[in-house]
Amino acid sequence: MAKYLGRQTIKFDLPPSIVSTASTVGPKEGKGPLSSYFDVVLHDPLWGEDSWEKAESKIVKKTIERVIQKGNLTPEDIDYIFAGDLLNQLTASTFGIRGLSIPFFGLFGACSTMAEAISLGAMAIDGGFANYIVAEASSHFCSSEKQFRFPLELGTQRPLTASWTVTGSGAVVLGKYGPSPYVSYVTSGKIVDLGVKDPMNMGAAMAPAAADTIIAHFEDTGFTPNDYDLIITGDLGSIGKELTLQLLRKNNYDIENIYTDCGIEIFDPVSQDTHAGGSGCGCCAVTLAGYLYKEMKNNKWNRILFVPTGALMSPGSIQQGESIPGIAHAVVIENNWS
Amino acid sequence: MSQIQDMKKEYSKMVEELSPKSNLLRDSARAFWVGGLICAIGQLITNIIKSFGYNHDEASMLTTIILVFLGIILTGLDIYDSLGKYAGAGTVVPITGFANSIVSPAIEYKKEGYVFGVGAKMFTIAGPVLVYGTIASVAVGIVHYFFK
Repeated sequence: MAKYLGRQTIKFDLPPSIVSTASTVGPKEGKGPLSSYFDVVLHDPLWGEDSWEKAESKIVKKTIERVIQKGNLTPEDIDYIFAGDLLNQLTASTFGIRGLSIPFFGLFGACSTMAEAISLGAMAIDGGFANYIVAEASSHFCSSEKQFRFPLELGTQRPLTASWTVTGSGAVVLGKYGPSPYVSYVTSGKIVDLGVKDPMNMGAAMAPAAADTIIAHFEDTGFTPNDYDLIITGDLGSIGKELTLQLLRKNNYDIENIYTDCGIEIFDPVSQDTHAGGSGCGCCAVTLAGYLYKEMKNNKWNRILFVPTGALMSPGSIQQGESIPGIAHAVVIENNWS
Repeated sequence: MSQIQDMKKEYSKMVEELSPKSNLLRDSARAFWVGGLICAIGQLITNIIKSFGYNHDEASMLTTIILVFLGIILTGLDIYDSLGKYAGAGTVVPITGFANSIVSPAIEYKKEGYVFGVGAKMFTIAGPVLVYGTIASVAVGIVHYFFK
């Protein structure tokens, strides 16, 4: 059986394998620095559908079908899907998955959803409840703008602290047995709220949660930054990244040399005008499924700490003047485990 | 409890220091010339209409209609949002910005139907402007009535 380490961490007895990954991204992501790592780059953010919501569901469906196929599996082999998105009541996921006939758990962890899905999926496998699961997360720039911000055609200025929601979906198949890399530890995050109220500065709202989970991970496991080739947070963007570094330094952890953020990697802020960086559930999902997985296969990194972060607010909570609670879940992915 | 308050205060200072500020001088200059240009175009339209023999009130009304129409067309052609990104208040304040604020949600919510989509959402942004604009004008009218 898996072991509890400290308050928040689980070490898996038989770390689940990442059997396959798949990613689908929108045109803007396809022009970004990670372009060559993605399986499918769309030329049209509507993908032939007549609404942004339908387009996002189609992205979800096609990505899940692809990841199952890439693992040389059929939908009947998959015991559970763990997935989520940003839309109300998770309709992007549920409408995308409804035709697949696979037991489904819908998750909302805002942009931390991918790590939440992998954590729960890995627990299900290590607990003996599943042989294969799919973990997936998606977001769509246009459907998110519509739900959380302003109409696309409204002539507004985005503050420099704002992030850009990634259009895309990333999925992984976890299996009880399979090739490297493996999911060996998960550290589940607590909700942390240091009072940031600005929805246009979500990196600042989420950075305390990222730092809290990273510290909890080190304390629970006894690992240090030296045990990792890369620590990559979810979508804090450039401001959140700096804040996380500062918060960690205050606690005597210096990870600067091995640290980056999915929101920073996915776009070029100068030529793509994305301000603080990428965000949305899809951001770390496609970064993991494309960039991180493929470079781990190439042995560029052998042990990474993947820490997606989520801002747990709604448009209504912002209007009512509530601050933005953050959450971050950490997942250790490694090529060799002992 | 106060420890948490202190942490929040300290963190808010860190956030303030690290968050980039927009360039007020550059943004103001852009708003000034684009907003000014829209107003100059409006004046030009008024003058042209007047040259056809319309009086000032008629010309003003027609100018408003034409500018609203231009704002709508530029919104539909996916141009006004780029203008707004560049000029900020320069494109929000003139009446073309008002047109943009009504048409953009109408386009966005067309999929939700003409009643609860277009009809209901059309005024989500302009609605507050209309409500408080009307209240303000009533207040000014009352003041004017007693102190003219």
